[in-house]
Amino acid sequence: MPAVTRVVLAEDGVLLREGLAGVLQRFEFAVVAAVGDAAALVDAVAAEDPDLVITDIRMPPSFTDEGLRAALALRATDPGRAVVVLSQYVQAEYAARLLDSGDGRRVGYLLKDRVVDIADFVGALRTVVGGGTVIDPDVVRRLLRHRSDPVAALSPREREVLALVAEGHSNAAIARRLTVTEAAVGKHVGNILAKLGLPPTDDTNRRVLAVLAYLRSNPEGQR
Amino acid sequence: MPSDQPSHVLAALASPRYLISEWPWRALLSVLTALPVIGVAALLLSPVTLPWAGWLVQLAEGGMHTAPLVVVSGLATAVLAMFGTLLAAPFAALERRRLGIVDPRPVDRAPRAGSVGSWFAARYAAPAAWRELLFLVLLATVAPLAYATLAFAVFTVGILIISPLLVVKDGKDLAGVANAITLGPWQITTPAQAIPYVLLGLVLLPPLAYLTGLLAAGHAATARVLLGGGGQAELREVARSRTRLVDAFDAERRRIERDLHDGAQHRLTSMTLQLGVARLDLPDDSPAAAALDRAHAEAKDLMVLLRDLVHGISPQTLADLGLPAALRDLATRSPLDVTVSVEPGVADRYPSRVENTAYFAASEALGNVAKHAGAASAAVRLARHGDTLVVEVRDEGRGGADPARGTGLTGLADRVAAVGGRLLLSSPAGGPTLVRVELPCLP
Repeated sequence: MPAVTRVVLAEDGVLLREGLAGVLQRFEFAVVAAVGDAAALVDAVAAEDPDLVITDIRMPPSFTDEGLRAALALRATDPGRAVVVLSQYVQAEYAARLLDSGDGRRVGYLLKDRVVDIADFVGALRTVVGGGTVIDPDVVRRLLRHRSDPVAALSPREREVLALVAEGHSNAAIARRLTVTEAAVGKHVGNILAKLGLPPTDDTNRRVLAVLAYLRSNPEGQR
Repeated sequence: MPSDQPSHVLAALASPRYLISEWPWRALLSVLTALPVIGVAALLLSPVTLPWAGWLVQLAEGGMHTAPLVVVSGLATAVLAMFGTLLAAPFAALERRRLGIVDPRPVDRAPRAGSVGSWFAARYAAPAAWRELLFLVLLATVAPLAYATLAFAVFTVGILIISPLLVVKDGKDLAGVANAITLGPWQITTPAQAIPYVLLGLVLLPPLAYLTGLLAAGHAATARVLLGGGGQAELREVARSRTRLVDAFDAERRRIERDLHDGAQHRLTSMTLQLGVARLDLPDDSPAAAALDRAHAEAKDLMVLLRDLVHGISPQTLADLGLPAALRDLATRSPLDVTVSVEPGVADRYPSRVENTAYFAASEALGNVAKHAGAASAAVRLARHGDTLVVEVRDEGRGGADPARGTGLTGLADRVAAVGGRLLLSSPAGGPTLVRVELPCLP
């Protein structure tokens, strides 16, 4: 990870934009441009070539998904561009479109409310800059709900582990969260991947993408 | 009515200020624009009207029935009966527009048919189409007589007024030809003699204005009766005003949602963020850290509370993404296992009152399933049939839902009716329960 991560930040609410910029400056992030709409975001990225783009999805003028569209456009011109989008509400389809851009790495989809948990938020940003994928736990929870496919056959503990895997945590991080040994987590993960018919791998991010792809290919509620 | 201005020419005729109002001029415009319409109608229908006229004349003169004339009249009438309603449609459309000149009150038009096939079917099946044909026949028969009467009156008054110009000098015109005007028993040979007739003509102008107004009003009243929806206009106006009320209500809720989102929610998020930042600077074991952690946690709870409140007022997913996406979102919020199917032909966006009502209906129905049906799952189906958007919520629960027992179904039915839709319920004891909401979805 570079000593300083150069960030372009797009958020139309002035208070929150400045608050976020303030938070980022306290860590290893340098906000090189903070803008209020998608067009300015694209311009700023072209001018600054930042290490990370953080953008709100709902921005002027239509207040729908211009931030997401700008993010996808940036990913289309530079598939390796690290982008974290902040969403007003859980929209699995938004997350899906983001995952489908480039190779699904170096992207993050987070609920906007997550930013107030500063440590988690900064951790998510670091993961994305480091080449990982971060999907909001709420999205994962929705993908996991009401399923009658093999996911339903998982034990409660395995479902818990699966959710954490989908959110992008390493075995060590999952072990810390569940206060179990890393070896136990490794066993759970092996069982889960086997039950779902996914290839076993120790590469955390490849695992995340495989699990997310699996969950998305069997959307909730289908029987 | 806030104003006592007459709203149409018939009301204006009763007003003492008719002559100094705009209405005589409107009537004149109406009469002048009627002439070509009547001319074309009379010409087009002449193969029908002329044989009949000839037959009537014969009948009056001595009862001599010429068989061919009767046959021609009958044949022409049969052809008119077969194709007349098709011919009447453009005339009706034109006359509805022209009606606005002297009577701007809304005319409700016949409901628009979806396809060409159903249009043709309606031209024969709908009473409205036959009323339009009757109007066309009147245009080709009665109207020419009425308008000719007015034309004769206008001509007479006009001659009276310009009579001095017609008799230029001592009974001779400019070319020196003897020239005189004969009006009944009177003969005018000099401009001076013509002056009383000019005055008479001027005095007759106001009655002429009334006559014009009367003719325009008669024409308009006939058009309104035959081309309008048969007294449904006021009912529809009530329905429209109710729809406007629903629209205003929706707009207001969106405004509140936007205000809460841009104001309160935004500031709260920012404040919570600042609390988090402040916490970063405190060592974990300081007493302030615990208090700040609590404040931070409470602020986060408040964020969730406010988000749910805002969602209840006006779901952002609905306003931003449209009905299909919002229904899928709704399904994931339900404690039930809800499948959502959206049939092809359903658009992403509809007028906001349609979206809001459909969403509200699905939300209410799913709430009922969760509370009363004892079912673990439900299915939501969104489909479009022509101009109707259909939302169905089905569950395999215990059934027996009864609107009379206040399961929210009555309120839902009211809300659906307010936008011109209807609610259908099938819920036999033992289930399954199907709630079907049909909404007109044209803007």
